[in-house]
Formats: sequence, structure tokens, C-alpha cells
Amino acid sequence: MPSALSITEAVNPPRAVYLDYPLGHTAGKVDDRSNQIAIMRDTLTAFESIDEAGALVKLDYAWREDDTWKDYVMRPKPASEAENARQSSESEHEDDRIERFDTPQYQTEEDAEAAEAACPSCVFLEDVK
Amino acid sequence: MASREPVDYIQRTREQYDTLGYPPYAWVHSETPPPFSILQKPLSQCRVGLIASGGIYRQGQIAFHFKDDFSYREIDADTPNEALRATHFAYDLTDARTDPNVVFPLETLRRCSAEGLIGELGPRAYTFMGGIYSARKVRDALAPALAERVIRDEVDVVLLVPV
Repeated sequence: MPSALSITEAVNPPRAVYLDYPLGHTAGKVDDRSNQIAIMRDTLTAFESIDEAGALVKLDYAWREDDTWKDYVMRPKPASEAENARQSSESEHEDDRIERFDTPQYQTEEDAEAAEAACPSCVFLEDVK
Repeated sequence: MASREPVDYIQRTREQYDTLGYPPYAWVHSETPPPFSILQKPLSQCRVGLIASGGIYRQGQIAFHFKDDFSYREIDADTPNEALRATHFAYDLTDARTDPNVVFPLETLRRCSAEGLIGELGPRAYTFMGGIYSARKVRDALAPALAERVIRDEVDVVLLVPV
């Protein structure tokens, strides 16, 4: 159940159900159980209805009434906002990704303390070359 | 100008990498048709597996790191939402940390199971942090390991939830 159509078409999975929501919401809207259940019902139904390899079903849900959110995905904000951002930052480019740390990135300090040193349900794989 | 067209993430990544002076990312393009099999019984009798790439872990587990971490976590199917955490470098975690169902619909699937839409959930779900730049590690190590696990769980279908 992806939300990135071009990537899904490139990968070409056996069957797919596409939801046109922002990344980070591929299974529905926050705290909206009826929305999440409706999307899941439509998604699961496709396990039965799709009978052709590589078929993709587009679900009929819209994130907002207008689609302006799509304009700013991985792109600079409008000129006025970008100017403000430039004044408050040395960076000339829009790159809001977090640095790729190589140590565990816990949601909270408590999680770091609660983590089991030998975690049997954490599976670290050997690289296969 | 707002568009009803889908966001083309491959194109946007190319533009962003260009701006940053990076070479283009080599996205996976599958050239052969995918394997396919028709469901052999009604969904209401199927055991359903769940694999999600949103960087979900359970409190008590080791969190994912952000540098090509291709490990995975096993999450018991009855794990409550309150015990779930989200960590990832490439999407806005605000909503996932408020309500993990948005990227890891375990509770949603439990409801579907209670309603009888599916037969039952597999004993556990599998999660990883999908910001893995090495397609080779995913194809040759992570994907085969997860496939082996869901076969061992004897699920009939697996729902894949990317972010």
C-alpha cells in the first residue's frame, strides 16, 4: 500500500494499492480510525480483486480539498518564505533531511535506557556480497 | 499551482540531488514481470502478515540507525500502540509518533480481524527503516530473510507498507 506512485511503478510489485497521501501517512490520517479502517478495507479487498500480475489500484481518497501540499514536497518553499529561511540559515539549499547517524536513534531517552542489550527480536543480518 | 497529479518522487529526488551537487540516485527498475499467484481461499479465511518500512520499533528493542541499517525487528501481533516508536531520517515523524497506525497499521489490522474481514493476523509483524541506499543489501539480505520469516509464520498473504 504505497504512496509514491513513480517508485512503485519502477519496482513493479505483484499487486499494489496506491493512496495519494503525503509520505508518512501510507495507512491513513493520524488518529482517524474511520479513515484508517476504510483505507485498509479497500486495500485488503484488492488481494481478492486483482487478478493480473503488476496491477495497481488507485484509491479514491484525497489528503486535502486542494493539493497545494504537493508543490512543496522536496522543493524550496515560496520565495517570501525561502528568503526568511535564508536569512536565518547559512544553507542555500532545501535539504531538511536528518543527518545519517550510525548509532541507534531512539525516539526518547527512556527508550535508550529500556533497550535490551541482547535483543532476540532485533535481527542484524550479515551482508551478502 | 496545485496538482491532482501524483508527486513524482523519482523526479523530485533527482532535482534535490542536483541542487545539492550529488549524482543521481540509481532507483531500482524491475525489468521482468513480478511473480504472481491468485488467492487460494477467501480473505476471511486468510492469515495475514505485515511488513512495514517506517522505522517502527517496540520500546525495549534497539532502535534503528540511519546509515544503511538493514536489520529488522519482530513485533508481536498483540503489541499495543503505546509501546510502539518511530525513527527514520527521511519523513516527518510527527504523526507516526502520535499514532503509529499511519505507517504501521497493526491495530487497524487487528480491527479488521475482529470484524471478520481477514481470518487472522500472523503471530508477528516485521519492521525495518526503509532509508537503505543499498538496493543490493535489500535484495540479497533483507528481503530473502523477511520472505523466509513470513513463510515460517505460514501466512497466506503479506501486506507491505512503505512510507
